[in-house]
Amino acid sequence: MISKWLNRFGLLIALLAIYLLFVFIAPSSFSTLRNLETIARQTVIVGIAAIGMTFVIISGGIDLSVGSIVAFSSVLVAYFLNNKQFAPFPSAVSAVVIGSSIGLLSGILITRLKVVPFIVTLGMMLLCRGVAKGLAGEQKINAPYTWLNEILASLPPERSWQILSPGVWIFILLVLAFAFVLRFTVFGRATVAIGSNEQTARLCGIAVERTKVTIYVFSALFASISGVMQFSRLTVGDPTVAVGLELDAIAAVVIGGASLSGGQGTIFGSLIGALIMTIIRSGCTQMGLENWIQEIVTGAIIIIAVALDRLRHRKI
Amino acid sequence: MVSYKVKSMDDIPALQMRQITKSFGATVALNDVSLTVRPGTVHALVGENGAGKSTLMKILSGVLKPDMGTMELFGKSYIPKNPIAARKLGIAMIYQELSLAGDLTVEENLTLGIEPNVMGILKVKKIRQMAFEALNIFNHPEIQPQVKVNKLSIAACQLVEIARALVIGCKILVLDEPTSSLTAGDTEKLFELIANLKKKGIAIIYISHFLEEVRKIADEVTVLRDGTIAVSNLPGNSSDEELIKHMVGRKIEQLYPHSPRQRDKLQLEIENLAGTKKPLNASLKLYTGQVLGIAGLVGAGRSEFLRCIFGLEKVKAGSIKVGVYTGPASPLRRWNQGIGFLSENRKQEGLAFSMTIAENITMSKLHSFGRFGTVWPSNQNKNTNRWIGKLGIKCRSPLQRIDELSGGNQQKVALARLLEHDVDVLLLDEPTRGIDVAAKAAIYKIIDELACDKQNPKAILVVSSYLPELMGICDNVAVMCKGRLGLIHNVSEINEHKLMQEAIGNV
Repeated sequence: MISKWLNRFGLLIALLAIYLLFVFIAPSSFSTLRNLETIARQTVIVGIAAIGMTFVIISGGIDLSVGSIVAFSSVLVAYFLNNKQFAPFPSAVSAVVIGSSIGLLSGILITRLKVVPFIVTLGMMLLCRGVAKGLAGEQKINAPYTWLNEILASLPPERSWQILSPGVWIFILLVLAFAFVLRFTVFGRATVAIGSNEQTARLCGIAVERTKVTIYVFSALFASISGVMQFSRLTVGDPTVAVGLELDAIAAVVIGGASLSGGQGTIFGSLIGALIMTIIRSGCTQMGLENWIQEIVTGAIIIIAVALDRLRHRKI
Repeated sequence: MVSYKVKSMDDIPALQMRQITKSFGATVALNDVSLTVRPGTVHALVGENGAGKSTLMKILSGVLKPDMGTMELFGKSYIPKNPIAARKLGIAMIYQELSLAGDLTVEENLTLGIEPNVMGILKVKKIRQMAFEALNIFNHPEIQPQVKVNKLSIAACQLVEIARALVIGCKILVLDEPTSSLTAGDTEKLFELIANLKKKGIAIIYISHFLEEVRKIADEVTVLRDGTIAVSNLPGNSSDEELIKHMVGRKIEQLYPHSPRQRDKLQLEIENLAGTKKPLNASLKLYTGQVLGIAGLVGAGRSEFLRCIFGLEKVKAGSIKVGVYTGPASPLRRWNQGIGFLSENRKQEGLAFSMTIAENITMSKLHSFGRFGTVWPSNQNKNTNRWIGKLGIKCRSPLQRIDELSGGNQQKVALARLLEHDVDVLLLDEPTRGIDVAAKAAIYKIIDELACDKQNPKAILVVSSYLPELMGICDNVAVMCKGRLGLIHNVSEINEHKLMQEAIGNV
């Protein structure tokens, strides 16, 4: 009974425990509501990318191009706003569409050429970063200030009735929507089936190739949305931003209980994984700890979380 | 020089396990189990899956420690610390999954871990000599010392593994289902080798589901049931009926039910079908209310034949007609046309082991459990519960994972997928491989019921390497030999001997 309960809520308990730990050891500024809101905003970029990564990892794949797509997308937004004088909304949409097409390309290469996802997306990671730098002329693209820059900013007092920034709301909606997609749709079930046993999926008539392409398109789509958020935060298009972001997303998904061999994982798990990483970062910063200590702590947490998960499974 | 010879010690048993008890949590896997194996004999260990055979062998080989009980090896107390220690003391296990290093040669494998060397430098001549001696015990043209192991057939790999046990100097050899992936010819070779080993005084513990094999080679039989000894040291030539009685604790009235069947309409028509390599040329007509068996040796192209029909392998030539549909099609189309396929390989292809029973049973028709691409688990579970009841799948709930079920129950889940999809044609590839007698009987019963269903009789095509089974459940049998499908016989007009002749191409 208790073990069942622990199994279901273990991750949530871990999240609370880590939060409470910092409440005790970090300065009082950590435990304010305002800081909670900041943590939420800081989770958005990695968190959105982690939604797509969850699907990829559950299907038994990996997507290393996420960080580069974030940078590319943020550059694209600035490029359309600044160089093409697009309105903010068309700029964001164009960036997301172009960014998603990279996932389409990866998906087609993976399924048609039968090259493993690791290699294809590794190639895409370099390729996409290069294109972003080329487009931006190896420097930041400045863009005029628009409402896009307010998506992830903390709320001004006159809009405090919105409770959270629009970006956080978008993130929450995406989490809910795609938790539903994963659990209650044919596409979601097909994703799990492919990751659990691709041959069984094929035998059962599941369109394996089409599902895989869709998964990589989704991953790139979410990365592009993260890119828009990234632009919103920086207010410039920076081709060198978000290096290694894919690894943070992978870490969030894996802390959330997904298995790299596929077939396991949940959107809420990944959300909690992303939150745990932000809390550690935020807590360490407020304690005045240096960056290298944060990295050591985050690294240790990833290994401990996954090791605990394995131990739990061995017991059953 | 390694010596395999053990002095004749007829009165001292090679192995004596006394009152072994082992529990995992609340479940008692073994309760007061004793086993006596004499040197130079073959001792068969039979029992349903989950009866405790593998737990007992794990204790023997030092993988598990017994909670209670003692073991003696040639009269000396034997308490293995770990598998390596057990191996050194002369216990060798040959599992179904072979454990050779594929990229190394036969002789490298034979001496792996015990390479004679001087300060880390291999003594190549000595290795060669050891390998030569070990391979001498059987004469197999395929097995040459310099050949890489991944170039060998499964049967040859198995022999290499036995040879490796000999190099280490084993005194007790445990063979776990050694013939499940062997052809009849290779099985014969293995039996010859076993006879040779007996002469050398090696005690052999032989685990098998094939009772006729047991009768053929075993000197004694011990039957395990639910973690206890049902009967020990029966003579090796006990009848199937008697063994089955002890295995299941009751008599199975009729292992192969065969109710009167009404052949109805033509459901599947195949003409001159050829695949990439196999089959070469296969034609058949399958009617509803008919069970047609395909016999043959492993590698004859029977699985490929079914896979071509189902769209899992490419069709090179020939025609396939399914009801009103013609031509090759993808698995998705085949399901929609009313054909279902049961894979011979549950673990690698048939079932998604990390998913639930409900998800596995409903995987081929996800679209029918909700609108607009949604899938509602409550609908999946409702349908699954029906099959759990109907087929007697032993589980806690439809949400239990496949890897927690026994082999027989897994196979029932795999078969339930075809029933849930309500297909008209069932393509069954080795439907009873690696499952216990009770589960086999259950599957035979389902097949019989499907074929003689009054309202909606099914057309069933069964591939099996087990002739008694085909003779028992089928109306007709055809033999595939080297990719060619022979004549379709009435079961009443043919016997196993003739089928075997056809299978080895002796017509």
